[in-house]
Amino acid sequence: MIPFSYARASDVQDAIAKGALGGTKFLGGGTNLVDLMRETIERPTGLVDVTGLSSEITETRDGGVMIGAAARNTAVTEHPLIRSRYPALTRAIVAGASAQIRNMATVGGNLMQRTRCTYFYDGEGSHCNKRAPGDGCDALSGFNRSHAILGASDACIAVHPSDMCVALTALDAMVHIEGSDGSRSLPIKDFHRLPGDRPDIETMLQPGDLITAIELPASSIAANSTYRKVRDRASYAFALVSVAAALEIENGNVRDVRIALGGVAHKPWRAERAEAALRGKPAGEAAFLAAAEAELAAARTFEGNAFKVELARRTIVSVLTELSGGAV
Amino acid sequence: MSISVNGNAVQVPDDPRVSLLDLLRDGLHLHGTKKGCNQGACGACTVLVDGERMLSCLSLAVQFDGRSITTIEGLGEPGALHPLQQAFVEHDGFQCGYCTPGQICSAVAMVEEVRRGVPSHVTSDLNSNVIDFSHDEMRERMSGNLCRCGAYNGIIDAINETLKEAAE
Repeated sequence: MIPFSYARASDVQDAIAKGALGGTKFLGGGTNLVDLMRETIERPTGLVDVTGLSSEITETRDGGVMIGAAARNTAVTEHPLIRSRYPALTRAIVAGASAQIRNMATVGGNLMQRTRCTYFYDGEGSHCNKRAPGDGCDALSGFNRSHAILGASDACIAVHPSDMCVALTALDAMVHIEGSDGSRSLPIKDFHRLPGDRPDIETMLQPGDLITAIELPASSIAANSTYRKVRDRASYAFALVSVAAALEIENGNVRDVRIALGGVAHKPWRAERAEAALRGKPAGEAAFLAAAEAELAAARTFEGNAFKVELARRTIVSVLTELSGGAV
Repeated sequence: MSISVNGNAVQVPDDPRVSLLDLLRDGLHLHGTKKGCNQGACGACTVLVDGERMLSCLSLAVQFDGRSITTIEGLGEPGALHPLQQAFVEHDGFQCGYCTPGQICSAVAMVEEVRRGVPSHVTSDLNSNVIDFSHDEMRERMSGNLCRCGAYNGIIDAINETLKEAAE
């Protein structure tokens, strides 16, 4: 590891002041950042530990839930408000990593996770535009079984690794951010970026910005939500494809629906085309399949990952069928 | 600035690069905690932090100022073994033994998580706080601890044994 300074933030303003120094990064549970620093892929000159900031999980005045960014993943997953009102979020978090890692990882840090593309991690032996813009991408013609089928570019076909963020995307979560210019909020679907020609820039955060909280809006549809993750082994593996969805059926028709996909893109992928194709349609396999097709029509595959299109199609249909009560 | 390790106050290292794992092994010569992958994939470095299981390899020691760490040496010693350590011996919960301290620390905290009602990937009813110690639940909850000798059946038997004893 390259030498760095360490400081603890006593409150948000203290964190912003300490984080304003160039080369500084905020430290949560460290489960991804410490590993990347050991590999010298991340090279901060200073760390500002923000795990002492708000980790509270509280109901908001309008019936939503506010989660302090320092809340540990386990604390979110076991919270009664999350389990009962936003089951997709609990399901997504417990599908990720291991219990040890979920006990350490913070919610804010989960949003800032970096891809597990093997070429990104192979600092000495591989070309990667995410590590070094302009360097090239060895995944394009290499082992790309786990890589993106939607929204990728010729510069980068890596995928976002988080399960939690996929559920947050389906649940319309807001990301609250504090920066040197004050505070602002972003819908999570606009928080992460597609790679374009700058895959090294992964979020809309400006240097020095701090994630302070994640807000789940009040939602009647969220109570009927779930998360399904398909992976190479039954536990402790990243997603090949995952689906977070929420469904509301009225008189046999889809009144409202939310779908987000994981393991398929550089960011948690909100399937808005599928949602639009499904609203008002009779709930059933034909409509679910048509919705999946509508979303996946834009898929672009590579030698190793063409299977993901069919896998995503089937997983979407299966999850929607489950949420419709399996009666269709 | 100090960390409590098995009840003893320990100075936080000056260099923030020192991981909790390296502090335990190299600084305090507590060699029970193992360095397997050193990247959060194997679970061999699992220790208890204020009773919660965490990976000491992905932790910077400096982050644990004021907190209380329990390693395998703090759980029990020869002559005064923790019930789960004894059960691992009796049920062949290991072959080479390298993953064992992590497995035992992990299982001790896992049992508490189940009692607290923390759901897992295989929990069917999220709204129930009562979770069965089923075979599937235990395997899922222990998936962060790899055993390359494949002593998993013995490990599950050992955990079951201590649960049975605790219930009696």
